[in-house]
Amino acid sequence: MDVILLAEQALNGLQFGLMLFLLAAGLTLVFGIMDMINLAHGSLYMVGAYLVASATAASGSFGIGLAAGVAGAALFGVLLELTVLRRLYERDHLAQVLGTFAILLMCNEGVRWLWGSQPVPLGAPAALAGPVELAPGFFYPAYRLLIIGVGLAVALLLWALVTRTRLGMQVRAGASNREMALAMGVPVRRLFTALFGLGAALCAVAGGLLGPLLAVQVGMGESILILAFVVIVIGGIGSIRGALVGALLVGVVDTAGRSLIPLLFERLMPADLASNAGPAVASILIYVLMAAVLYFKPKGLFPAHG
Amino acid sequence: MAKTPSRLKPLPQKTASSSRLDHPLRWWIALPVLAALLAWPLVAPLIGAEFYVTLASRILIFALAATSLNLILGFGGLVSFGHAAFVGLGAYTVGALMQAGITAAWIAWPAAMLVAALAAAVIGAISLRTQGVYFIMITLAFAQMLYYTVVSLKTYGGDDGLSLPGRSTLGALDLSADTTFYYVVLALAVASFVFVARLVNARFGHALQGTRENATRMEAVGQPVLRIRLVAFTLAGALAGLAGALLANHGGFVSPSLLQWQQSGTLMIMVILGGVGHLWGGVVGAVVFLVAEEWLGHLTEHWVFFLGAVLLTVVLIAPNGVMSLARRRRLEP
Repeated sequence: MDVILLAEQALNGLQFGLMLFLLAAGLTLVFGIMDMINLAHGSLYMVGAYLVASATAASGSFGIGLAAGVAGAALFGVLLELTVLRRLYERDHLAQVLGTFAILLMCNEGVRWLWGSQPVPLGAPAALAGPVELAPGFFYPAYRLLIIGVGLAVALLLWALVTRTRLGMQVRAGASNREMALAMGVPVRRLFTALFGLGAALCAVAGGLLGPLLAVQVGMGESILILAFVVIVIGGIGSIRGALVGALLVGVVDTAGRSLIPLLFERLMPADLASNAGPAVASILIYVLMAAVLYFKPKGLFPAHG
Repeated sequence: MAKTPSRLKPLPQKTASSSRLDHPLRWWIALPVLAALLAWPLVAPLIGAEFYVTLASRILIFALAATSLNLILGFGGLVSFGHAAFVGLGAYTVGALMQAGITAAWIAWPAAMLVAALAAAVIGAISLRTQGVYFIMITLAFAQMLYYTVVSLKTYGGDDGLSLPGRSTLGALDLSADTTFYYVVLALAVASFVFVARLVNARFGHALQGTRENATRMEAVGQPVLRIRLVAFTLAGALAGLAGALLANHGGFVSPSLLQWQQSGTLMIMVILGGVGHLWGGVVGAVVFLVAEEWLGHLTEHWVFFLGAVLLTVVLIAPNGVMSLARRRRLEP
């Protein structure tokens, strides 16, 4: 156990947390403002990753591919909102679960239909393939640094958008009191469509950036969707700040747990027990974190509603 | 006043207030259904459909699981997003006992119910303190914890799951014969269904539906809301455990995928599809979902896509499930 390992895990946790934040930001706004459970949010992430992979393969440049994929995913999100999702806002949570689960199934199978069952290759740009020496003896992959940089930039941009613009003001008004925002003349329908496009774009950024690290494959959206839900429940539904704190918390706890708990257990208990219990406890950790947060703060860390 | 705006017209459902909490099990519906189910293994071979006896067992098991979820989701208003965990626990109990050499159904199946009920009691006691969306998420969290626990149990196959050497043994009955197994499943499913029907119409069931309608008011008239909910949650867990025990026997295989959150979603969808808070909701939902799956699976390789399309259509045109279409037609002559 040394400093380099800890620093590396901290950076990995930060990187994962920032990507989770990109997913959770869109989800928490949709959830908080429209009071809508969107199980199809992970599908936007998957579709985004596939679009980025295809556009990268077609153009030969990761940057162009990412931009094109993000634009495509935003368009897809807007179309989904206009055709199906806006009919679900007024319905109860159960109808939303059923409707968006149906969309999830259709997206999964549609992607399998178009791209096949095999994972689609998406490589990191060649210039960023190697490691960078951050401190003497401490090497860190350049591509992961890029992810951290982009994640921070997008988070900053989002923060400026939410706190410094008229659109952001309307979004915050909608999140804290939807009826009052409606009464004050916030153009809700257009706002919702725009939010959905934005949420889809953020998903695609995360999907495209994580693509080279994780596999671009059918079903990639589901596991991360559950994590995004955990993040927004910890942070408080509808709160961007909560999403950021929750995402970093989950990212760091999950990453650290996965690498440190097995090491810790090996010292504390017999090897065969440790090899069983270590991964289990590491996977369970964030759910325990969420249950604990809800036990003490039933509305999350930063409740958006009064 | 001029014309009354149409939206102020009393909703049709509201007029029948005296019977809103009653869900009678009407014999002229139940008996023909039961007769058809009893006759199915005799009829199926005649039309060259032996395979569909196995499918019918599967549908009955899922009908049992969905009915148990409907008890808390439909009648208790508790949107539990972790019900598959209890099904999975029941299945793993049977698998674990079988690995230990205990194959007797009369030990393994009640044990499965007990394990699932205990887990439900503990999870319920913690989760029921939260409400709304947070309840959905915390039940999901607990189900995920159990899922990852099972994945890490190397003794029981871990990620790959556990193949069972055979079905449980039940006295003189040979459960390895698909038809015998079908009748055992049918008997248990019918017994559970009648139990849920009686429960819903009993004082307890009325109190449970009361907590769904207005928990604060129930509290005010002195009903122990939390205890009522916890009992319902535990009972639902036990029935789900029984479904899991049967499912393990049906497939001869238990795997962590039984506890996956998509499985909880599927169960929930069966209930929503059939009709939330409708006595037959779970049964109808299981039949519609599994038959649609089977039928589409024969038609096209990409059947999941069309299954999604069917589900989406149902959400948009039959907002309260398939059973609501019949009710709506009755109420709007």
